[in-house]
This record gives sequence, C-alpha cells and structure tokens, in this order.
Amino acid sequence: MDHSIENNNSINYQKIDQIIDKYKSDDSMLIRILQKTQQEVGYLPMKVQSYISERLNIPISTVNGVVTFYSLFSQDEQGKYTVGVCMGTACYVKGAQEVLDAIKKELQIDVGETTMDKLFTLKTSRCIGACGLAPVITVNDDVYGRLTPADIPSILYKYIKTHKKTEIQL
Amino acid sequence: MELFQVKSFEDLQKVKENTYDKMKIRFMDRNVDKEIEKYHILVCSGTGCTSSKSNLVRENLEKEIRKRKLGDKVKVFKTGCFGFCKLGPILMIHPDRTFYIHVEPEHVDEIISNHIQNGQVVEKLLYKSPSLNKFVQTMEEIDFFNHQMRIALKNCGVINPEDINEYIAMEGYLALAEILTNNTSKKEIIENIKKSGLRGRGGGGFLTGHKWEYAAGYEGEKKFVLCNADEGDPGAFMDRSILEGDPHSIIEAMIIAGYCIDAHQGYIYVRAEYPIAVQRLEIAIDQARKMGFLGKNILGSSFSFDLDIRLGAGAFVCGEETALIQSVMGLRGEPRPRPPFPAEVGLWEMPTLNNNVETYANIPIILRKGAEWYSSIGTEKSKGTKVFALAGQIENTGLIEVPMGTTLRTIIYEIGGGIHDNKEFKAAQTGGPSGGCIPAELLDTKIDFESLTEIGSMMGSGGLIIMDESDCMLDIARFYLEFAQDESCGKCVPCSIGTKRLLEILEKISKGKGEMKDLELLEDLCYSIKDSSLCGLGQTAPNPILSTLKYFKDEYIAHIKEKRCPAGVCNELLRIVISDDKCIACGICARVCPVNAITGEHKKPPYRIHQDVCIKCGACIPKCPVDAIYKA
Repeated sequence: MDHSIENNNSINYQKIDQIIDKYKSDDSMLIRILQKTQQEVGYLPMKVQSYISERLNIPISTVNGVVTFYSLFSQDEQGKYTVGVCMGTACYVKGAQEVLDAIKKELQIDVGETTMDKLFTLKTSRCIGACGLAPVITVNDDVYGRLTPADIPSILYKYIKTHKKTEIQL
Repeated sequence: MELFQVKSFEDLQKVKENTYDKMKIRFMDRNVDKEIEKYHILVCSGTGCTSSKSNLVRENLEKEIRKRKLGDKVKVFKTGCFGFCKLGPILMIHPDRTFYIHVEPEHVDEIISNHIQNGQVVEKLLYKSPSLNKFVQTMEEIDFFNHQMRIALKNCGVINPEDINEYIAMEGYLALAEILTNNTSKKEIIENIKKSGLRGRGGGGFLTGHKWEYAAGYEGEKKFVLCNADEGDPGAFMDRSILEGDPHSIIEAMIIAGYCIDAHQGYIYVRAEYPIAVQRLEIAIDQARKMGFLGKNILGSSFSFDLDIRLGAGAFVCGEETALIQSVMGLRGEPRPRPPFPAEVGLWEMPTLNNNVETYANIPIILRKGAEWYSSIGTEKSKGTKVFALAGQIENTGLIEVPMGTTLRTIIYEIGGGIHDNKEFKAAQTGGPSGGCIPAELLDTKIDFESLTEIGSMMGSGGLIIMDESDCMLDIARFYLEFAQDESCGKCVPCSIGTKRLLEILEKISKGKGEMKDLELLEDLCYSIKDSSLCGLGQTAPNPILSTLKYFKDEYIAHIKEKRCPAGVCNELLRIVISDDKCIACGICARVCPVNAITGEHKKPPYRIHQDVCIKCGACIPKCPVDAIYKA
C-alpha cells in the first residue's frame, strides 16, 4: 500500500491540533478524533496516524489497529466523490449487484479503487436503511434509489459536469 | 421555539397543555370540526423520504406559504417515518388527515391552491387502494396501516421530532417526572417492567426487567447506561426510524434506566451511516438539557444524569454488546467471552446496562399505561408489539409494527400487499445474517421469539426480507456468509476461518462443482462453528445455511446433481439459449455477441449459441426482435 508521505505537505496540522485539543481530555475519544480528522483531511495516511499517536501519547499500533478495524476509515486518498453501493439484503435481492457492475464498467475501476482523475472512489456499503427505495446508491451525501443499471451513466455524468464547472470557475 | 427550564411536575403539565393546544388540529375529527380553517402539513423527513427529496418539497411549501401570506392559516412541520417508504415523499394534511404520496416539489402549487385555498383534494396524489380499486383520502383507509398497532412508533408521523415540546404534548417526560416527583422506588419501577413482560428487541429476547434488576444489583464506583443503536443487520431500519421520528422516547427511557440502576452517565452508540438520526439525537439531547431533563438535579430532584453520543465507524460486530463496549471506549470493537456480563463488568469495568433502541422506546409508555395493559398485547411469552422492516420482493415495502403473534401471512398479504409483480412467494428471511429462511408452508406461523427459534430462524432485530421464485436460496445463503465472513473481527478461529470455509463450499456448489458429500461437510462445519465461536456473530453465522438446507435442500441438490440453478441466478450454471420455434434467423444476436459464440445461416432458423464459447454476458437477449433468447 502506498501511503505517499511526499504528498502530505498540504495536510493542515493546525486543524488536526484543534480537533485533538477539543477531545484529548477524554481518553475514549480516539474514534471521534479519527473521524473528525478524516473529515478534515479526507483520509488517514500513516503520517497523520503517527502524528495523532504522538500527540495523544498512545502507541501507533493502537491507532493503526483502530483505523484498520473499522470500515469507514481509509488509509488511501479518496476521490472527490465517493460512490457507495448499498449491499444490504433488500438492495441485493432487488439487483444491487447489477447496479454495482454497471458502475464498475462505467468508471473502469473495482470496489475500493479511485479513478485516475481522483474524481470517484467506488465502495460497497452496508445497509444505509433506505430499503424502501432499493436498490440504492449514495454519492457523497446524495442518495439515489429505485435504480437500474441504465440510470448509472446519467447520475455519474451529473457529477463530472459539476466538477468541470467548478474547475472553470477556479 | 421556546424552551422553558422545567423545575417541577406542574411546569411540565403547563408545557404539555400549551403545546397540545397548538397541536390539536392534528387530532380533530374532520367530520365534526369542519369549520376550522387552519391546517398543519406534516412532511415525512425520515431517511427514505429525504432520499426522494422531501426536503425540497418542504422548503417549497414554506416558500409558497410565505409568498401567498398564508402563514397564519397553514403551518409546515417535519415529522418522522410514516412507514410506507415505497410511496415517498409522503405528506399529511391535518385536520382532514389527507395522505398524499409521491409528492414532488412541483406539486406544491397545486396542493396550496386546491387543497388549502379551495378545500379541494388533489386526487392524483392520493393512494389508490388495490382492494377497493379507488383513490382513498386518509391513512385509515389504506390496507397497509390496518393490521398495525403502533406503540414504539406511536409518535412517528405525528410529532415534529426536532421539537421537544411536541414530545411533551404527547405525554412525553411525564413518566420520568412522576417517578422523580413521587420518589418512586427503583424496585417498584423494575418490578413493573418485569411484569409487563417486555423482552429485549435487539434479537436475544432477554427479559428487560431482569436485565435492569441485575444491573441495579451490582455495586460500582460508577455505573453506566448504554443504548445500542448500531443497527447493523442489512435490510433493517427500525431503530433508525425511531431515532429519527421520536428521539426523546429513547432519552427519557435512558434517564429512567439511569435512575433505576444508579447511573449518572449514559451513551448512545449509533451508526455513522445514519446522519439524520445522529443529527436529530444531537438536537434532542441539547433541548432536553436546556429544559432540565438532562444534567444536574433533574426536575429539582437529587438525581443527575447526562447523555453522550458515540458514533460507530462501520463494524457489524459492534452490535454485540461486549464489542460495543470496547468501541464506546474508542478501541477496536472485539468481543470478549461472557460471563461476566456487562451488567457486572462493562464500560471501564463498571456495571453497565445495555438495551436496544426499540426496547427503550417501549419503556415510557409501559410506565404511563401500566404493565397490565402492555402484557395484554401479544402472545403468552412474547408481549407487546414488534417493529419490522419489510423489504425485498414485496409490493409494500416499509416499516410496520404489529402485535406479537401476528402471522407471517397477515404481514405479507394483508399489510405487505403480496408479492411484487404477482410472482410466487418463496421464503421470508428474518433475523438478518443470524436468522433463517421461512418457507411457504410455515406462513401461518404466529411470529414471536419462541416460534421463530423453533422453526430454525430467529426474531433478530426485525429485518423481514421477502423472496420470490426468482431468488436462489443458495445464493442468499452465500450472500449472508459473505457478509459474516467480511464482518468477522478475526479474534476467534471458528468464526474467522470457519465462515471462510463455509463460504468456499457454497461458492463451489454455486459453480456446479459441488458433490453430495459437501452437504454433510457443510452441516457438520455449521454445528462446530455454532458451538465454538466466541460471540453471537459466529454462533449464529451458520443459521442461513442450516435453515436453507432444512427447507430448500432440493435447490442445493439441483446445483450439485443437475448442475442447474432453478431460480436462474447462479451465473456459472446459467445457459443462454435460443428457442427453436421463435427464432427468425435475422442474425442480429450473432452480430452483437462479443465473443462470436452465436452461429447460424441467414434466414435459415434456428441460430445456435455455443455454450463452451458463451460468456453469459446476456447482450443478445434484449436485442432479439422476437424474444427468442432466454436464460435457462
């Protein structure tokens, strides 16, 4: 696994310090600190994990143990948009596998991978509880339900378009 | 919103009466109070309806009401899940109790102009009852709601979950206030809960009153109350809906639990995948603190209690209570052997009381209405109601609450409206990855904790997935095993390695490479894993296999002996064939085939698919102009 230390120059350690200072008095807050840090940085590279371990004065093995135990933590850089395909039972029996295959085909990546342009990361998620709308996918915070494989290209295109627009504005 | 510091029972009564006065439009009889010119519009803001953009509907309604200066006449509220998620976004207009479905933002104009300003119902947004074959206006006329009984979900779809005053108006916090004002003895409360017969709704079905009694009995320097809201079962969303629609019922119950066992701190452990539930809980805790239900000297008594939220980070095993305790402390969520049970050794080695969301939701109403009332509902050993998340191949997907002892047939055909697309019912799956599949011949089983265990499944937390003839039971067992294998924490060998071997055998059979002796091996291994795993995850992981082996052995045998998947799901056993009678030899299929597996002579039917070359991509099927190609 590439934890690309060189790329971490842009990490805002001040923000991480703020998070740590807010929660460090309570020794049960490691998961919360990691969650907030991931929100800030986007992922949890080794360098950030070792920084947190030093600041909290706990072994890095403990920090890394927690990061690798929970599926919502990621050690690799994520795309701008995370596409999560719900693989709960209700979605599965309603054809989530076909939807997932369509996304794989469209983005040319496998589950857990990120597209070359760092735009999309594909994940399978556990039940998000929108079983009435099965099958369901999420793109960051947006939820799309009652899907068929044919709906996928237009949904993804929407995000490519927004991304291009913001790039032009920049 | 005004929040008063409540210092006594009388203060609370005042808040209750004032707010109820403002809400009473929602409880009026539309035939009697016709002249009332005011409206409340309740917009479902659960995850299901929010996913189908109910937020936008609400914003548009508010905007339009401001624009037309109708603010005095109409008020718009968020509310919790109505349960009929398939029809979302749902909105309900009081006092006439009109139930509108599939409401899009562009319907807002019509609703305001016709319904609010002219008193005319917008018919196209009503539910069309399949049994009456006509549009019906109110919730009471919809079959889906008829066989239900709402206790845990009583406030969902009735109150605004982001307003504590509305919860109080529905007698919320009264149970707590009575206890603290009268200084009710802990023993009496626990005795009451024992008498009600309430059993843990997280799956185990342990008597809640006994659990409380044990936790109260152990001494500790500190003690804790925990709420397990780590609803990990795929296909289950009961707890989420309660947290989103009625968060204060959980908070009130946890404060009472704290009072009973002498704890002063509680934690709600909730999945991070439920952002709306987390947000509502945060709002609710904040409001409860401001009004003095949480914090020091609650309602002027000597009792102090506070609550905190802990977010899960995506690990199914954390639903197991000893693993959950590790995770609340910020560690890897690995379970440990029990005993000692958390009631004795829990959070930070202190006595800890842990209950599921739905269990807590029943507590305030039991204490208000009495143990006798509660124990009069349900079966001999399972009292009260159970919330189920009904999903899968069923017409009416959604959230339902029925008295214990309701038959599966009633749930599937009366409430659920039967199987989607008029297909044949094959199995009902309860209990998620720990449960089993129930076949058609057992549809008249009365659902309760004992009866489900007896037939090889379990109550579980309440996921109820319906499957039809197009679902392969071997594939379903494989799906659950894959889940269990993925979520196994790796601490004990029987679970982490055993489930892997089970999965391998299933995959071998689904590829047509199985032998009959594999079935014996499968069963043997299942029992070994059940007997020797450390926690509930491993002990129940083989259940999907054992129950499908028991009721659907013929499907396994078809995969092994005939190399055939009867439901046409297992890809490796599928054959795509061309019907000799239908083929017109146009040659289109041969042209789209990416591997040139189809050959034939133009205008000389039939064409043939060479099975050794075919990659089963199915590209040819939709292209055939006469539907001559099918999966077999």
